Amino acid sequence: MIHTCTLLSLSLSFFIVYVFCLILFSFFLLELLDIAKEMNSSGDSCSSSLMEVAYDDDHHEEIHVLAVDDNLIDRKLVERLLKISSCKVTTAENALRALEYLGLGDQNQHIDALTTNNDLKVNLIITDYCMPGMTGFELLKKVKQESSYLKEVPVVIMSSENIPTRINKCLASGAQMFMQKPLKLSDVEKLKCQLMNCRS
Amino acid sequence: MQRQVALIKQSLFDQGYLDEQFMELEELQDDANPNFVEEVSTLYFKDSARLINNIDQALERGSFDFNRLDSYMHQFKGSSTSIGANKVKAECTKFREYCRAGNAEGCLRTFQQLKKEHSTLRKKLEHYFQLARQAGPKETARRPK
Repeated sequence: MIHTCTLLSLSLSFFIVYVFCLILFSFFLLELLDIAKEMNSSGDSCSSSLMEVAYDDDHHEEIHVLAVDDNLIDRKLVERLLKISSCKVTTAENALRALEYLGLGDQNQHIDALTTNNDLKVNLIITDYCMPGMTGFELLKKVKQESSYLKEVPVVIMSSENIPTRINKCLASGAQMFMQKPLKLSDVEKLKCQLMNCRS
Repeated sequence: MQRQVALIKQSLFDQGYLDEQFMELEELQDDANPNFVEEVSTLYFKDSARLINNIDQALERGSFDFNRLDSYMHQFKGSSTSIGANKVKAECTKFREYCRAGNAEGCLRTFQQLKKEHSTLRKKLEHYFQLARQAGPKETARRPK
């Protein structure tokens, strides 16, 4: 009789220990998975800055795009395309204005508020290649030279001209994508997909 | 009325005044932005009038700065392409070719033709948008299937 009792209590203890170990192991596994996820996302070529998007009134994530083009019609067009794709849009009519907005302008005009306010943080830059003064390519290089979060912001170059050496040059200098003008809705959707996939 | 509008639009395509890019613009219209194409069109004619003026002045001066002319035309061609102004775009391309060849006479000739196409398109589009507005927003806000 005593034997059975001891056996029973022993089994019970083992069982409890077993369950306890299972629980511990599950926690351990979950931690591992979390760490793996973190490592994955930081090793990605897309920026962690893409994670820091603003939220609109419905708490939907909004990508804030800085669109740079000296052509008025193209600026209006790209703005519309981006707004349809639920992006928040700021336009600039040349590279210098764009740099000022990003807080990289003339030191005398450096405006800290613009870059520290999360609402105005830029998640994507789309720029025309051919612009008077500073080209889109030069803007790309300037942004990529930065040590701040800006270095990780994807830069897309647009051009009306399909010149392979130009395209390769931009991609080699870190452009996210090269898009042929005039832009279509499908181009912007493709781009957004690419950026969203990077983030998830 | 709406049928008339549709016919006019179709003829603009058939006669080569407009290309698929115009249709792409129509796709960007919705109930919240039913007049987007007309807005862009108005903007285009305002902006291109300025460019035409600049080029006119540059040509009148007699000294052919082909680089500068080409630069103006690059802008013009860009806008024209973005709005789907097919014939105007073609003239822009020709003009740029003459610029690159340093052919002043070719430039002058082409520019006259360009202004003509530009003016024709402006009249036709103004007429089209006027009718479209009268016909009612719903039908014209979407591209015909």
